[in-house]
Amino acid sequence: MFKILEKTFLQEIIVSMVIEAPEIARKRKAGQFIVLMIDEKGERIPLTIVDSDSEKGTLTIIFQIVGKTTAQLAQMGKGDFIRNVLGPLGHPTEIKNFGTVVCVGGGVGIGVAYPIAAALKKAGNKVISIIGARTKDILILEEEMKKVSDRLLPATDDGSYGYHGFVSTVLQNLIDSGEKIDIIYAIGPVPMMRVLAGMTKPYGIKTVVSLNPIMVDATGMCGACRVSVGGKTRFGCVDGPEFDGHEVDFNLLMSRLKMYSGQETKAMEKYRCECHGK
Amino acid sequence: MENKEKVDKKEKKEKIPRQAMPEQDPKKRVRNFDEVPIGYTAELAITEAKRCVQCKKPGCISGCPVDVKIPEFIELIAEGDFIGAARKLKETNSLPAVCGRVCPQEDQCEKVCILAKKGESVAIGRLERFAADYERKSGNILIPEMAPPTGKKIAVVGAGPAGLTIAGDLVKMGHDVTVFEALHKSGGVLIYGIPEFRLPKAIVDAEVDYMKKLGVKIITNAVIGRLKTVDDLFAEGFSAVFLGVGAGAPVFMKIPGENLNGIYSANEYLTRSNLMKAYLFPEYDTPIAMGRNVAVIGGGNVAMDSVRTALRLGADNGYIIYRRTETEMPARIEEVHHAKEEGVQFKLLHNPVEYIGDDNGWVKQVKCIRMELGEPDDSGRRRPLPIKGSEFTIDVDTVVVAVGTEANPVIPKTTPGLETNKWGYIVTKGDSGETSREGVYAGGDIVTGSATVILAMGAGRQAAQAIDAYVRTKS
Repeated sequence: MFKILEKTFLQEIIVSMVIEAPEIARKRKAGQFIVLMIDEKGERIPLTIVDSDSEKGTLTIIFQIVGKTTAQLAQMGKGDFIRNVLGPLGHPTEIKNFGTVVCVGGGVGIGVAYPIAAALKKAGNKVISIIGARTKDILILEEEMKKVSDRLLPATDDGSYGYHGFVSTVLQNLIDSGEKIDIIYAIGPVPMMRVLAGMTKPYGIKTVVSLNPIMVDATGMCGACRVSVGGKTRFGCVDGPEFDGHEVDFNLLMSRLKMYSGQETKAMEKYRCECHGK
Repeated sequence: MENKEKVDKKEKKEKIPRQAMPEQDPKKRVRNFDEVPIGYTAELAITEAKRCVQCKKPGCISGCPVDVKIPEFIELIAEGDFIGAARKLKETNSLPAVCGRVCPQEDQCEKVCILAKKGESVAIGRLERFAADYERKSGNILIPEMAPPTGKKIAVVGAGPAGLTIAGDLVKMGHDVTVFEALHKSGGVLIYGIPEFRLPKAIVDAEVDYMKKLGVKIITNAVIGRLKTVDDLFAEGFSAVFLGVGAGAPVFMKIPGENLNGIYSANEYLTRSNLMKAYLFPEYDTPIAMGRNVAVIGGGNVAMDSVRTALRLGADNGYIIYRRTETEMPARIEEVHHAKEEGVQFKLLHNPVEYIGDDNGWVKQVKCIRMELGEPDDSGRRRPLPIKGSEFTIDVDTVVVAVGTEANPVIPKTTPGLETNKWGYIVTKGDSGETSREGVYAGGDIVTGSATVILAMGAGRQAAQAIDAYVRTKS
């Protein structure tokens, strides 16, 4: 059993949670994730570790309410227990001094980009971060990202804050300005990652994406998370979660993420009814 | 005179036919997940037990990987001492209720039973199951005498058949045993792989509880190689480490369309259904494709488990697509028989070459090619060869690939000096399970590749002896 120590709504549908998990906190490195299962009847879902404190023995996760499990998790609070937490999983991000690094985070993906930006900054890189969201109210972690970046470039789709437009345009402008970029980390919704990877390919700028396919065991046993990278089937859980964005088959990833959309709707409806029933 | 009596006794015994085990009706059971065989009644068990001729030199024991004292436990059943029989079983087999159900007895103890020479062997597996079930239901479970504590800490990685067996043995020898399990539930393949209708999970839970009562500590959600490495375990004060992590990685065929939606590895399909209880969705949160036309690729027990699961999830058509003939099928005869009774359609001498998807990326057809058998290959089985131009398609909406598993590389990759072979399986010396790293032992599928529950248990038993000897020599 894993105790929830803090819960904060960063905005309406994005939640930050601090969980007590000392052993995972001790081992965890940037880029790794956990799998959690709320209760005995729960499903196993992967969530990136945004931050950890090895002394306090805690992990921070940030998630968006997208279905039944995340809705149920968002209802839980301080003092509640999560039945199972497994981790740290996946390969850590390769952290070294590349020179100039651009970290792009879109939506809840900013939560995944943050620890990577922080670790890269610590390793001596010049970190330029581009963070984007639909509108100002749902742009998360701006302060945190600012602290670990040499430059922070926010953007909103509706122009309510920062650049009026997509993160991809901000990146394009940055490239056009003549900034010499050694590597790009792009983390966010699949369409965003696909656009960014497509954009940087002609420039030959290495672009790493962090994928979040459907997983079950997340230890390499089931293959639910298979993704196609450079024409080869890889497992998101043990071979990833980070891959070369220029090689990823994003269409397949999008299609596979929708595999259970019918059942997910059904589970969500049932959950809503039960909640109202109470 | 004496000899004549013996002959009479034997002849008389042979006249009792092998007692059938009552089963759920196929039409009914194909729509539920309850166990298929219902098990012997006490009366049937005694009748069957009396068929055993109590050979002076019993062949059956040598046919058993864990040397169960078969004639002795059967005699106790014949005398009506069912609890005594269960305890006799547990002297050498820590999981008799499991083995009575999933061991391939027809290839082991029952194969060498003297009665098999002239007719049908004693139903050893059914009797084992009966005694173990009787003890469990009675609640009269004895904690055996334990050796005095040795003060030695031993880590076991993986709570499957090998790990649970060695943990039970080592704790009885007086060691302090901790099992690390990656999943959230113990049992390994018994809990995630073998379906409820073949091995009820309550039985596995009871066996795990028994281990805990013996004093074994089990830590779930612990992926060794990630949360801790093998070297971390030594640093924490463990004197020896046993690796019983199984052959957990699924094998795919690398044919076009294999990543379409609706196509599963057997590991995923069975894990969703068994471990995550997706067959009870939406009461349980994990979904699974409830296909109408389900093709399972492969001819082993896992393939049979998958196709029978598909029928229970509501499929109209459940196909087995297998590239050889029924003779070469690795599945147990009983499993194939059960599958046929339940209406599984066997597409033998067929091999998938491609999957075709619909506009939403969901599989809608499997393209197969017909095969014929050629000369024997390395395995001694006749090699299947494709017949040119014989391709055709079958309409499907769910596919389960059950063509085998391979070694999961997480532990070898994170354990310096641990020797593996070219397939990634851990290399051991002889039967002791000793690896290239001092104090590290291994057994079960991670050494042999996919095999049976009982072979993994046998490996656990032998490694327990070796580890006991090793830690006692170390001060």
